[in-house]
Amino acid sequence: MQEKKVLKEYGDVEITLGSTELKRGFAQMVKHGVVMDVTNPTQAGIAEDAGAVAVMVLDKLPADIRAKGGVARMATIQAIKETMETVSIPIMAKCRIGHTQEALLLQEIGVDMIDESEVLTPANEASHVWKWPFTVPFVNGCRDLGEALRRIEEGSAMIRTKGEAGTGNVAEAIRHMRLVNKGISELLSTKDDPQELMIKAREMKVSYGTVLQVIDQGRLPVVNFAAGGIATPADAAMMMRMKCDGVFVGSGIYKSQDPEVRASAIVLATTYWDNPEKVLEAQAMVNEKNSMPGIDISTMDEEDKLQIRGANI
Amino acid sequence: MRRISFKYVELTFRFMINIGILGLQGAIEEHRKALNNAQLGLPFEINLVSVQQISDTKNLSGIVFPGGESTAMIKQGEASGLFNRLRELINDGLPAFGTCAGLILLSKRVKRTEGSEETKGIFSVLDVLTLRNGYGRQKDSFTTKLVIPDLGNKEIEGVFIRAPVISEIGNNVKVLSKTRGNPVFVQQGNIIATTFHPELSGSPEIHVYFLTLAQIYNDSSK
Repeated sequence: MQEKKVLKEYGDVEITLGSTELKRGFAQMVKHGVVMDVTNPTQAGIAEDAGAVAVMVLDKLPADIRAKGGVARMATIQAIKETMETVSIPIMAKCRIGHTQEALLLQEIGVDMIDESEVLTPANEASHVWKWPFTVPFVNGCRDLGEALRRIEEGSAMIRTKGEAGTGNVAEAIRHMRLVNKGISELLSTKDDPQELMIKAREMKVSYGTVLQVIDQGRLPVVNFAAGGIATPADAAMMMRMKCDGVFVGSGIYKSQDPEVRASAIVLATTYWDNPEKVLEAQAMVNEKNSMPGIDISTMDEEDKLQIRGANI
Repeated sequence: MRRISFKYVELTFRFMINIGILGLQGAIEEHRKALNNAQLGLPFEINLVSVQQISDTKNLSGIVFPGGESTAMIKQGEASGLFNRLRELINDGLPAFGTCAGLILLSKRVKRTEGSEETKGIFSVLDVLTLRNGYGRQKDSFTTKLVIPDLGNKEIEGVFIRAPVISEIGNNVKVLSKTRGNPVFVQQGNIIATTFHPELSGSPEIHVYFLTLAQIYNDSSK
């Protein structure tokens, strides 16, 4: 929610903080970039040197959360603060789904964006955080257009696919992005039929006005990144090819055997995804033997999937 | 549209100028939209080029450096030699327009934090000292009303996102707008730069001004 301040020291200049424009604008500035998961300041420094546009501070990487089990919560405050002091790029941190208090703490620390993430153990099975009152922007995961729009209606300033974090398998991110794109093209193809649009809005459990915003802009009204299972430069370029605005890379970098090189290579492939020579150059920088081993999602039990977690309303 | 009228004949012809937008990272599409919007009121056409490699820099009459993360842009732009080429072009007079991170690229002197050592800017063409994220982090991002007397005195909205602060300027730098005690819109010859994001506010004035500079350059270089 926006706050107004009058700065007496500068001749009563009136400024507005935390508005929707500023929150969505922050996400616009990281477009065409790579946000990397890190667990400490050293990893954050490597990410910054590799050309990351922001880092996401976690207590454990998604692959370790998956392996270790138990409850995954927000990162240690000291680790977040130290990372903020170490790098000059923006800092993001995750809160549990629906854990308004963790979100308030992250806002208080001063992180640049909060990821309300299914990678951590959901705290509220009934609802997500109501994000409009916050001045800090949020990013939320989605599996299809309806889920993306429901999060935007709660105040999310940026969307990412959920994918299946910690698997090193890009298949779910591709599936989710395909469904977002399909949802948008279906809306656009019925844009002159208000009754059909109303039905679609009800199917997606979103308001008619939100559907009209998508039609007006021909895309999601906020920045949309890919996330969940991206492990190679080719994965990143693949997601950009599917009209993502940028990518999040989680376990893919620091669970590989070549994090420094891989981080740079993934940035290169994301920047130049439409240039075959450059993507080849990026992919040639990494050796598949060094990629994280990964998990085949088709053999996974449904309850082991992180993407199904959190209130689906 | 340029129109030449004779007594009985009216001839109409359009000319086209190429405007590059650095296409490495950041708010690229937002500038594309703002430039297209600004062109509507102008008597010439523009052809927008996403500048990613040296071969994209041919026949440009202007180049826009969007907001984003300067560290990410520098990494790619330096590696490919693109920035060396752009530096030459700007030094030769190519009109350049930087917003936020774009200003950082253009600045002669850059500081990462208040207390840190000054470093030489990447293009080092605009004689200013720029403090990265000078207002603070995202929590300090703000909007405020700005007035630009040279561009019509209309109030426009300044959107400052993790914005840099211009803390010192050289004698040859003109301040076109100020807020909170510091310049936020400056010009030095064919280079203009803002610490805020005119591409997000929907006010076309600054993009129109830049296109006018590009058009004059285009005419003079023929």
